[in-house]
Amino acid sequence: MATVSLGLRQKRRKERLRNLAFLSPWLIGVGVFFLYPLASTVYFSFMKYDGFTPPVWTGLKNWAYVFNDYPMFWPALRNTLWLVIVMVALRVLFGLGIGLLITKVKTGAGVFRTLFYLPYLAPPVAATMAFAFLLNPGTGPVNSILGKLGLPQPGWFNDPAWSKPALTLLAIWGIGDLMVIFMASLLDVPKELYEASELDGAGAWKRFVHVTLPTIQPIVLFAVVTGVIQTMQYYTQPLIAGKVASGVIGGSGQQFEPGYPDKSTLTLPQLVYNLGFQRFDTGGASVVALVLFVLAMIFTAFLMRRGSGFLATDD
Amino acid sequence: MSTLTEPRVETPVSRPDIEKAGREARRTKFLHWVAVHSLAIAAALFFVLPFVFVFLTALMSDQQALTRNLWPDSWHWENLRTVWETPGFLTWWKNTLMYAVLGTSLTLVSSLPVAYALARFKFRGRNFAMMLVISTMMLPPQVVIVPMYLFWAKELHLSGTLWPLIIPMAFTDAFSIFLLRQFLLTIPKEYVEAAKIDGCGDFKTLIRVVLPMAKPAIAAVALFQFFYCWNDYFGPQIYASENPAAWTLSYGLESFKGAHHTNWNLTMAATVLVMAPVIILFFFAQKAFIEGVTLTGVKG
Repeated sequence: MATVSLGLRQKRRKERLRNLAFLSPWLIGVGVFFLYPLASTVYFSFMKYDGFTPPVWTGLKNWAYVFNDYPMFWPALRNTLWLVIVMVALRVLFGLGIGLLITKVKTGAGVFRTLFYLPYLAPPVAATMAFAFLLNPGTGPVNSILGKLGLPQPGWFNDPAWSKPALTLLAIWGIGDLMVIFMASLLDVPKELYEASELDGAGAWKRFVHVTLPTIQPIVLFAVVTGVIQTMQYYTQPLIAGKVASGVIGGSGQQFEPGYPDKSTLTLPQLVYNLGFQRFDTGGASVVALVLFVLAMIFTAFLMRRGSGFLATDD
Repeated sequence: MSTLTEPRVETPVSRPDIEKAGREARRTKFLHWVAVHSLAIAAALFFVLPFVFVFLTALMSDQQALTRNLWPDSWHWENLRTVWETPGFLTWWKNTLMYAVLGTSLTLVSSLPVAYALARFKFRGRNFAMMLVISTMMLPPQVVIVPMYLFWAKELHLSGTLWPLIIPMAFTDAFSIFLLRQFLLTIPKEYVEAAKIDGCGDFKTLIRVVLPMAKPAIAAVALFQFFYCWNDYFGPQIYASENPAAWTLSYGLESFKGAHHTNWNLTMAATVLVMAPVIILFFFAQKAFIEGVTLTGVKG
């Protein structure tokens, strides 16, 4: 008996070593690039530190500053809320619509799919630059076409009321990822269900509401939650759009205060950059980073609880 | 989308109601075809026209690019060359390529064993580990950027290079682990067990048996990671902005706009040159791409 348990113990030890060996790159990565900097961010959120003189304990001062006196915090949070409500919703709606459309196309479906998918691949800086040109109020093709049609010509990225709609347009342009995901899920809806409801005399709309939607509902939820998380990370497009539209751009000497026009394109990640790397306020940047962290984790927890497939195992 | 079948040829014509119904069904079908395809064409215009306008403007003369004209009066293909020969542009290209190729290779090598362990090995805390992977995957990079910058710049003196972006990829990437694991779960256990009976160790099984079967997922992960590096703006902005010799295309493109403030044609020519490689790559690897995107969502 003793030899058996010894053998078992040895086997267990060997297995543990093997697991450790396979996981080691990740364990180091999580420690050095996630847990350590996260702890460090918490530490800095209570410190006054400009990157040059040694950090000094200031208690909750940074927190009070960000919430009460930093003029960009609340506008950024309001913008995020706007983007979640309008941009995420429209992206899901259009993604579903385009996915549905492509499953109905009989002729040239492959070509359409490629064309619809392509903008998703455009590098964000290049795509934003392209839209800043397309939508520029002076010479942009969009306004010149609107002008020819006798329609009003908005200021787009130069008008605080239109800058977020313009960003939304850019986001809808790059909808390829959602389209593909919806397309795959739509093709997975069992054909018998459609046939059965057709026999019951259900029209196209009824079929969509009673058959399609319930089946793809988890994917819609997935799209909404990942959309919200992407909004928390929304950085490059609003920053570049603001820079190009404001005309303040380029050389490292120039400082661009993000949010042009009138704080309307501010998002939380831009605040981390503004505080930490432009104002050298490490403490304030850490506070915003932690707010961002908490928000992102709330939605991630939601995703893991609802989308059980995320954590599925093989047994 | 009607269940009515077409009247068979041998059906006597003396049943006009059926023929009428058949004609109507065909007409509905045709109208449906027209409606769907006009919608698809309208959508295609929305997705394609931005590319077209960017491309046309890239070929305009300096003067014309400042007008509201949509079509070039004369074609200035040399704009593309002017951009290509701008001092620095080639360096940005090389830097971006180095970042993308090194980053992608390191990510694959480091993430595959981890994904395999998370998919196949049983150990305490595996679920927790998976939750940690998903959390880090969803984490905005700005959350930890301040301490990370201090670490790379003050401790290791590597700011002004792209190494702070490349080195971490040797220690796995959460999204790649996630995607690979989701795929590895679909490989039947029997293959792995058969390899074990043949005397293969775990590592050998991974390389000899699992790796060949996971090729589609590996291709998808490689493409995603390559695109991530190619498109990254925030990383180079933080670490490389102080040193123009380390700039990437995404970061350089922005400064190009600054230097050619009033030249929309040259800016759009630069935009075309930054977009072109990824779009060409897509045409070569379309299938792997679509499969990869599907893999991210289908299991949700």
